[in-house]
Amino acid sequence: VLGRQWIHTPGRVSAALKQGQITPTELCQKCLSLIKKTKFLNAYITVSEEVALKQAEESEKRYKKGHSLGDLDGIPIAVKDNFSTSGIETTCASNMLKGYVPPYNATVVQKLLDQGAVLMGKTNLDEFAMGSGSTDGVFGPVKNPWSYSKQYKEKTKHKAHGENEDSNWLITGGSSGGSAAAVATFTCFAALGSDTGGSTRNPAAHCGVVGFKPSYGLVSRHGLIPLVNSMDVPGILTRCVDDAAIVLGMLAGHDPKDSTTVQDPVKPFTLPSLTDVSKLCIGIPKEYLTPELSSEVQSLWSKAANLFESEGAKVIEVSLPHTSYSIVCYHVLCTSEVASNMARFDGLEYGHRCDIDVSTEAMYAATRREGFNDVVRGRILSGNFFLLKENYENYFIKAQKVRRLIANDFVNVFNSGVDVLLTPTTLREAVPYQEFIKEDNRTRSAQDDIFTQAVNMAGLPAVSVPVALSNQGLPVGLQFIGRAFHDQQLLTVAKWFEKQVQFPVTQLQELMDDCSSVFEIEKLASVSLKQ
Amino acid sequence: MAAPMLRGCCLARRGALACIDGGSRRGRGAAIGCRSSGKRGRSSVAQQSLITAQKSGKGEHAWAAVVGLEIHAQISSNSKLFSGSQVQFAAPPNSLVSFFDASLPGTLPVLNRRCVEAAVMTGLALKCHINKKSLFDRKHYFYADLPAGYQITQQRLPIAVNGSLEYSVCVGKKRSQVITRTARIKQIQLEQDSGKSLHDELRSQTLIDLNRAGVGLLEVVLEPDMSCGEEAATAVRELQLILQALGTSQANMAEGQLRVDANISVHHPGEPLGVRTEVKNLNSARFLARAIDSEIERQINELENGREILNETRSFDCKLGCTIPMRDKEGKQDYRFMPEPNLPPLLLYDTASLPPGADPQQVINIDRIREQLPELPSETREQLVQQYGMLPEHSFTILNEVGLLEFFQNVIKETRAEPKKVTSWILNNFLGFLKQQNLAVNESPVTPSALAELLNLLDRKAISSSAAKQVFEELWRSKGKTPSQIVSEKQLELMQDGEALNQVCLAVMEEHPQVVLAMKRGNPRAINKLIGLVRKATLSRADPTVIKEILEKKLSS
Repeated sequence: VLGRQWIHTPGRVSAALKQGQITPTELCQKCLSLIKKTKFLNAYITVSEEVALKQAEESEKRYKKGHSLGDLDGIPIAVKDNFSTSGIETTCASNMLKGYVPPYNATVVQKLLDQGAVLMGKTNLDEFAMGSGSTDGVFGPVKNPWSYSKQYKEKTKHKAHGENEDSNWLITGGSSGGSAAAVATFTCFAALGSDTGGSTRNPAAHCGVVGFKPSYGLVSRHGLIPLVNSMDVPGILTRCVDDAAIVLGMLAGHDPKDSTTVQDPVKPFTLPSLTDVSKLCIGIPKEYLTPELSSEVQSLWSKAANLFESEGAKVIEVSLPHTSYSIVCYHVLCTSEVASNMARFDGLEYGHRCDIDVSTEAMYAATRREGFNDVVRGRILSGNFFLLKENYENYFIKAQKVRRLIANDFVNVFNSGVDVLLTPTTLREAVPYQEFIKEDNRTRSAQDDIFTQAVNMAGLPAVSVPVALSNQGLPVGLQFIGRAFHDQQLLTVAKWFEKQVQFPVTQLQELMDDCSSVFEIEKLASVSLKQ
Repeated sequence: MAAPMLRGCCLARRGALACIDGGSRRGRGAAIGCRSSGKRGRSSVAQQSLITAQKSGKGEHAWAAVVGLEIHAQISSNSKLFSGSQVQFAAPPNSLVSFFDASLPGTLPVLNRRCVEAAVMTGLALKCHINKKSLFDRKHYFYADLPAGYQITQQRLPIAVNGSLEYSVCVGKKRSQVITRTARIKQIQLEQDSGKSLHDELRSQTLIDLNRAGVGLLEVVLEPDMSCGEEAATAVRELQLILQALGTSQANMAEGQLRVDANISVHHPGEPLGVRTEVKNLNSARFLARAIDSEIERQINELENGREILNETRSFDCKLGCTIPMRDKEGKQDYRFMPEPNLPPLLLYDTASLPPGADPQQVINIDRIREQLPELPSETREQLVQQYGMLPEHSFTILNEVGLLEFFQNVIKETRAEPKKVTSWILNNFLGFLKQQNLAVNESPVTPSALAELLNLLDRKAISSSAAKQVFEELWRSKGKTPSQIVSEKQLELMQDGEALNQVCLAVMEEHPQVVLAMKRGNPRAINKLIGLVRKATLSRADPTVIKEILEKKLSS
């Protein structure tokens, strides 16, 4: 029972904290030590050790007084390095923001801190979240913890690149690869990612964790350094669906600082445990069966559909006819907003500034050349091209129209009675870094976002749930897509599914050393749960 | 900075153009006239005034100038358009800057309700159609005082469209004929102000003050319905009065709360419009008309000399008295407009469309704002004419001078004197003194109460009108004294004692028997001599009409 589903999740650990079986400081120190042990993964850009210990100490005082703030009090969390954190460097993995220390917290960060969560650090990403590998940041790529797992090593033993093992590590996917790796390696219990085209769900699938993208407007974007404002949402990465729901409950709702958030108040909630799926209608979009989809993922997808069907759910094939236009449409809209959003990085108010001072224009040009990588600069260039007066109608306006068609596809499917769509999250499991960089960032993004990105166009909630290990011993995730603002329903279905598939935990040598103490907690926590 | 060629051209032409009055012609160079007929048709071309350029010996070419305006009015609001930073003039540099104003990454705009209400109210006052749905856009350009690299504005669907601004120009020899004109308003849009750049040429550095960055502006776009500097200046003045009456902008040009850009072209009537130039930053009421007229004149001169007008941005050099091309806008700008993704459409309601149960704090009701509209300057002027029998041109003067209307109303409140008398005193004596000493109304040493008291004394014939003028001068000099004090100090009161005056008259008659005789013989001028003598004897304190009555009575008895 204990080994099947990782016990070390906020719901359970909070019970342990409440009962004093472990103190927030002990928990924090344990995570800090895991962060050090997994440093080679490059999951964190900044580890806020001092701040974390101080927050843990505060939390401990509250627990002692019996005034804990709730389920997240004392729980270690990590935050992608594109969320503003007051007093903690926020880089977006870019030279442009190296050394930039924001004077304010993103609303989502503030809400977590207000709940007593302990901030372990800022996680790695592709520069300004532009990428699908977590390979294109200025601090180097994130390595997928599964590269070093017992499961993967066993399956790939026969392959004889033992001598060069270090160059064979796998990518995490991206752009929230640091957050996914951080959660997968138990260095925190939940992490914030961001999701513009799949940036939370994609690395979640590759790292075997839950990656949830809430409905657009349900969670505040204030303080999230934008990629595409009209598609960005803060994402939640956890080791189980319940935890994602707990965190969502803390984050959801109107933010006066973000005019695009919902006006209606959102009440905290706990997910019900579904026992009967016979009233559910699961849609399988036929356009998602692409030639590039690996047969293994395809077969897991079919199995999942069969599972629902065998349990009495109605499973039907549906059509989202404009899916194939999604990527190119996204390219136009994304680069246009990027061109606009990146205009503020001119070296004047904050961030990098070059030494050239012959003129303001020369300073701008050199600052931006030095500050941004090729991917960012390329997107700025394309975006400005699409926004030119002579191109605007032909590109931007057309893309907006196509976006509407894509969103309407989903509306039509949901109006036809479908509750939740079931799709793959990625084409295949994680690939080795050496393989990944054979294609450029743009090509990779276009390939990897294929199943995730239309959801952002439509503003829908979606969650990637790890389903099983591939033949190579690597995690595969499947995606559930829900109706706008039916996030709870979506997570309820995902929770049921999660329970059925019993996805295993990664077994890392580095973590095994800590096993004795970890399992100690596990035992205690599980006792508290059974009461 | 200015091209030498241009400088030369300007110098050579300096003084060629003066004030405009009803189509006058000058012997040298091009002269410009405002159109003199009031009626306006649909075609804007047909409405343009004719400008006659004379070239010696070469007959006449009629030129018409076409002037459109873009006016930026700073919204009178405690906080900025999209952030909570305070708005305050002349605060220490960079002391009113929120994270959003400094474009810190991750910050988002939050629309200020007050600014929206101000825009709606202004739109209603200018007879605009208020769009119940309007949108925000980003306008991109790199400039040091534009921190985000774009300005949030309303390019596609502004908050108000299709209005009109009525203004009146005085024409005729004495400028006593008031003609009403209308400039169509294309749109009113909400947008952010930029910060300020201060160029330190000495140390070759630019200093940035972001206090103004993000302050709410109303951009009022006037169609090219004007034809000369005076019309444009008058239209701007009228808009300024309207904004001030509404309280939507303080519209003080000196503090940069009202800034004007003009689009100017010239053409021959009946022919297509000419290439236009944009004269930027006409930020002084004084130079507005001059700048426009000098640009019109420049264009005519260029065309007459076979040169072309470039579609360019220019600025007015008030020292040179002409416009010069602006250096920093040389390249053709493509602003790469894009919808602002962080602001949902701005929705407004009226009483009919108000969603039931809507929180009044969350919605804006156009009808409610309409109910709150104050009296507009045109209505105030009409009121002055109706209530006080004021001449229309006087009502303009009363409103045009800052604070004068209030002064007038305060005097009226406290005096029993005839309104016409009050008007005449304020426009002739009071305003004359102010102008002479270059003072604003609120700097006047004479208070409304003092003037009211003085007019009361005059009204009940306690003093003569010449004495009243003396008292007024004294009031101006010695602040703090009341008119009554001055009258008694200087012994200026009229003799109220009939018997005493009777005695003086008798004495004078006895002293001048020849004059009395002449009068009796029917010399009509003789009585005036006697009146003069009596006044002299009373030190001018007697009312001549009363003296005349007494004298006539005595002679006939």
